[in-house]
Amino acid sequence: MADALKKTPLHALHQELGARMVPFAGYEMPVQFALGVMKEHLHTRTAAGLFDVSHMGQVILRGDSYEAVALAVESLVPVDVAGLGLGRQRYGFFTAPDGGLLDDLMLANRGDHLFMVVNAACKAADIANMTANLPGVTVSEVTDRALLALQGPAAGEVLEGFAPATATMRFMDVITTDLLGVPCWISRSGYTGEDGFEISVPAEKAEVLARALLDDERVESIGLGARDSLRLEAGLCLYGHDIDTTTSPVEAGLNWAIQKVRRTGGARAGGFPGADRILAELAEGPSRLRVGLLPEGRAPMREGTPLFAAAEGGEGLGTVTSGAFGPTLGAPMSMGYVPRALAAPGTELSGEVRGKRLPARVAALPFVPANFKR
Amino acid sequence: MKYTEEHEWLRPEDDVIVVGITEHAAEQLGDIVFVELPEVGTEVTKDDEVVVIESVKAASDILAPIDGEIVEVNEALVDNPGMVNDDPTGDAWFFKIKPSDASQMDDYMSEEEYNDLIS
Repeated sequence: MADALKKTPLHALHQELGARMVPFAGYEMPVQFALGVMKEHLHTRTAAGLFDVSHMGQVILRGDSYEAVALAVESLVPVDVAGLGLGRQRYGFFTAPDGGLLDDLMLANRGDHLFMVVNAACKAADIANMTANLPGVTVSEVTDRALLALQGPAAGEVLEGFAPATATMRFMDVITTDLLGVPCWISRSGYTGEDGFEISVPAEKAEVLARALLDDERVESIGLGARDSLRLEAGLCLYGHDIDTTTSPVEAGLNWAIQKVRRTGGARAGGFPGADRILAELAEGPSRLRVGLLPEGRAPMREGTPLFAAAEGGEGLGTVTSGAFGPTLGAPMSMGYVPRALAAPGTELSGEVRGKRLPARVAALPFVPANFKR
Repeated sequence: MKYTEEHEWLRPEDDVIVVGITEHAAEQLGDIVFVELPEVGTEVTKDDEVVVIESVKAASDILAPIDGEIVEVNEALVDNPGMVNDDPTGDAWFFKIKPSDASQMDDYMSEEEYNDLIS
């Protein structure tokens, strides 16, 4: 028998707000609220959206010092963890010995510890991986805090009203400050391409905080449906779809997240699982690449859509890994993998939808420009 | 007006049947972003897939409720699929079909029966 779905600390509030709940990564989560996916998406891009992301794993790593923990983590993550400044956050990923991706994550230098946010579906495996492979590091999942995301161009002004200290935060800064008298861990980051924050709040205070944020007329509750279309417009990968154990970070176009110090010739080059393949792909280029695709016409090319070089004949090139209609873009959009020779923006390809090959053009990512507070 | 278990409404208009989807169906599907209509003149058989609609969530088909010929389609939906959410039982009809056997309409539900089905 399947395990019962877990509930986040905001479950009752979601139900009260008329959310449609769905199973997601073992949790019962709101896929949409009364506004519906399209309006929730547009509201986030024009004002502010509040997302419950409490299903994600919050993990604290402690050791002799931040640096000691960071150097240990670098044996599993090919990014510059040790060089991350105090109170700064960075994107990264766990790699496998064959160079595939085990999960993607955010990590932050919190002074006396390292704070990590990992995907819900991967958190048990991530914690097991770290517990087994990081000697001298204590790995603990934070289970008594909710995680909220406040995203959108109005997010800064809204949160400033609760905590003046957030006003001077730049993109990827992390601080601890009180919201409604409760100490919260706040990062200026998110998964929408907009300015915004992720707020780790004690579970028993999460609903009070969410209600207070929603009392601001600029803020609406947003479900997982709009979270997906927002991140896709922003060109961001969804683990388990656009990246997984079969994709390397270089194929996925995540080279920017592998800093020079971890590359060939860097002071701490390699030393992570799959380094041989990943460093070789960085030097020579991968055989295939994740690209953005703009279908002509209005038919979305969804996940699994086979891609071809021509309108007729030929072998399949790869498949779409995410596809949807972009409410802000006003058109369908997809991401998928194609051979490197066909990855240049403007390349004309075909995607097979319901047995018909329809034209699609390779497009630069993001589909909608990011709006971060640098 | 008659209703199908596939959540279509069927409205006789002179000698043709106008077909659309119910408010309940539109709400369940979510925001409609794409509509593909059949060609006028197509001869269809009951349960043929004649229309493709895609919402923000997924693709679905609309089936021909009866045998007949597609005599008119609502081209406005192609450029403005959101009409299906705004006015599913009015302006956002999908196609008009000329029945070859009008008695097939007798199989379908009344409004009251349909409301029982979805309640």
